[in-house]
Amino acid sequence: MSDEKSPAAQYWSANLRLILGCLIVWAFVSYGCAILFRPLLAGIQFGGTDLGFWFAQQGSILSFIGLIFFYAWKMNKLDKKFDLGE
Amino acid sequence: MSQFAINLIFVGGSFALYIGIAIWARASSTKEFYVAGGGINPVTNGMATAADWMSAASFISMAGLISAGGYANSTFLMGWTGGYVLLAMLLAPYLRKFGKFTVPDFIGDRFYSSKARLVAVVCLIVASVTYVIGQMTGAGVAFSRFLEVSSTAGIWIAAVIVFFYAVFGGMKGITYTQVAQYVVLIIAYTIPAIFISLQLTGNPIPMFGLFSEHTDSGMPLLAKLDEVVRELGFRDYTADVSNKLNMVLFTLSLMIGTAGLPHVIIRFFTVPKVADARWSAGWALVFIALLYLTAPAVASMARLNLLTTVFPDGAEAPALAYDERPQWIRSWEETGLVNFDDKNNDGRIQFYNAVPSFEDTAESRGWAGNELTVNNDILVLANPEIANLPGWVIGLIAAGGIAAALSTAAGLLLAISSAISHDLIKKTLKPDISEKGEMLAARISMGGAILLATYLGLNPPGFAAQTVALAFGIAAASIFPAIMMGIFSTRMNDKGAIAGMLAGLLSTLLYIFTYLGWFFIPDTNMLANTADNWLFGISPLSFGAVGAMINFGVAFIVSNATDAPPKEIQELVESVRYPKGAGAASHLSH
Repeated sequence: MSDEKSPAAQYWSANLRLILGCLIVWAFVSYGCAILFRPLLAGIQFGGTDLGFWFAQQGSILSFIGLIFFYAWKMNKLDKKFDLGE
Repeated sequence: MSQFAINLIFVGGSFALYIGIAIWARASSTKEFYVAGGGINPVTNGMATAADWMSAASFISMAGLISAGGYANSTFLMGWTGGYVLLAMLLAPYLRKFGKFTVPDFIGDRFYSSKARLVAVVCLIVASVTYVIGQMTGAGVAFSRFLEVSSTAGIWIAAVIVFFYAVFGGMKGITYTQVAQYVVLIIAYTIPAIFISLQLTGNPIPMFGLFSEHTDSGMPLLAKLDEVVRELGFRDYTADVSNKLNMVLFTLSLMIGTAGLPHVIIRFFTVPKVADARWSAGWALVFIALLYLTAPAVASMARLNLLTTVFPDGAEAPALAYDERPQWIRSWEETGLVNFDDKNNDGRIQFYNAVPSFEDTAESRGWAGNELTVNNDILVLANPEIANLPGWVIGLIAAGGIAAALSTAAGLLLAISSAISHDLIKKTLKPDISEKGEMLAARISMGGAILLATYLGLNPPGFAAQTVALAFGIAAASIFPAIMMGIFSTRMNDKGAIAGMLAGLLSTLLYIFTYLGWFFIPDTNMLANTADNWLFGISPLSFGAVGAMINFGVAFIVSNATDAPPKEIQELVESVRYPKGAGAASHLSH
């Protein structure tokens, strides 16, 4: 299927895959580690409390920064590869 | 020199700086007024976005809420940063490629409908005005304490200052002013935090101090804090919450709302290239994180400081005598934001959580009820005083708090005024208006918006951060889904988008007004705002995420039941997806 797609369509689906991957990590660190899975992580001690607390107050923010820069870097490479950049 | 004089020097000096920059960078054309001529580099833009973004809610109110709520209020930290991920991936680059000035511009053109544009204008104004109320509340708190005036006078002073640089500067003035404001506010936030972290843990970096050892007790700081709050009948600071659904939805509302707030989206029109829009979102988050990683440390350390001030020798020993109370309690008492009521007439301050489960313990200690109430919004501002820091630090934090409130208020007012002058007047009512007339209309609507916000700031529906959270719910339910579907679906048509926006906005407003009163007027609420009354335990602050899902759902159904959009619109959507060929942002090129 992907062989028949135009380069523009390939670029767009590559972008969508990248976004999906990043958003899975985004949801995992914030809604997952910091909220829903916190009881599961309760055994892992971290600075006087548990790892879930760290994710809620610092870990998720650091992950978000990493995600955005990773996405920007990957997209710049895609822009060049498909010659769709400015 | 008196503390009042020091505050005046810091606040006055920072004002002079902002106004000076606004005059120096005075906008001369509508394009400069709205988007700074499209020539701002991504790091500068990121810093300005951070100042624009970090409002009185972030600076003044958030640490206070975390301090009071502990882990449960981590939602604010995640919610107000996680939205940038959505912004960087789902909106910013495509809107930059689209290259227009305003959010209603995009919605009006993408959905080829002036009705859609109008609905977007309404959503934008409702969300922005709610947000400005929170800023005015925050600015009022800061002014009332530091300039020793009433909070009413404080709000009016803020209104005048905002009017000056927003009205005369426009976006370009705002961009550079906001860079200056970012520098002022981050220094003001960080310096007291460093001192306090050093005092309590010996670690100069607050974000690491939070997870280090408490020097006096040798216990980890958070374990010590848990112990202290437990002895006074409060929930453990790090305790988990039982209502996870509400916590998830609240965080989600704040995230989607962040990505849907027009004054933040506008910022990404000001960078030169599409790639810059992506980088800019990342830089904005870096600058925001400098404050957001410090805030939880400030929250826990201030709570510990406050409780050990009142109970210097532990909960079992006699509490602080009222006559010996520190200066900061005396000064804040004058603003009415700290109150003492000696219920057991022993002349000492018993500060604890007066809940039924703790009643026996309290009675055995001879306590007759909690005697001290401390408004959450004062915590960050009082922090340097609680930690006995020198006078200039107090002056600095006053300047920082005011910078945070004013920078956001100015950004929002710009978004409101451009929606009225550009989207409503030029695009809908009077297309032949001259550029000069449009500028005048923008300035008049800014003035009008300031008056409305000032009035509402005098009668606010909650703490600064809570009022602001409502604005996010509204933006999440109305604006974000429409823009996202406009980019990611070629099938979405005008009717779907309009029905979706209206359904999202109205359902969210209905839910909020049911618990908080119609148009926030006290005592007009139909149900008491308590967890028992909430639908499925979802608080009015969290409903924005549900509103967004309603928006998506209604839009999808209506769109599929009606005709597909015309071919040229489908081509427009395609073109927005690829960065190639993006010119500077303009409203003249279509």
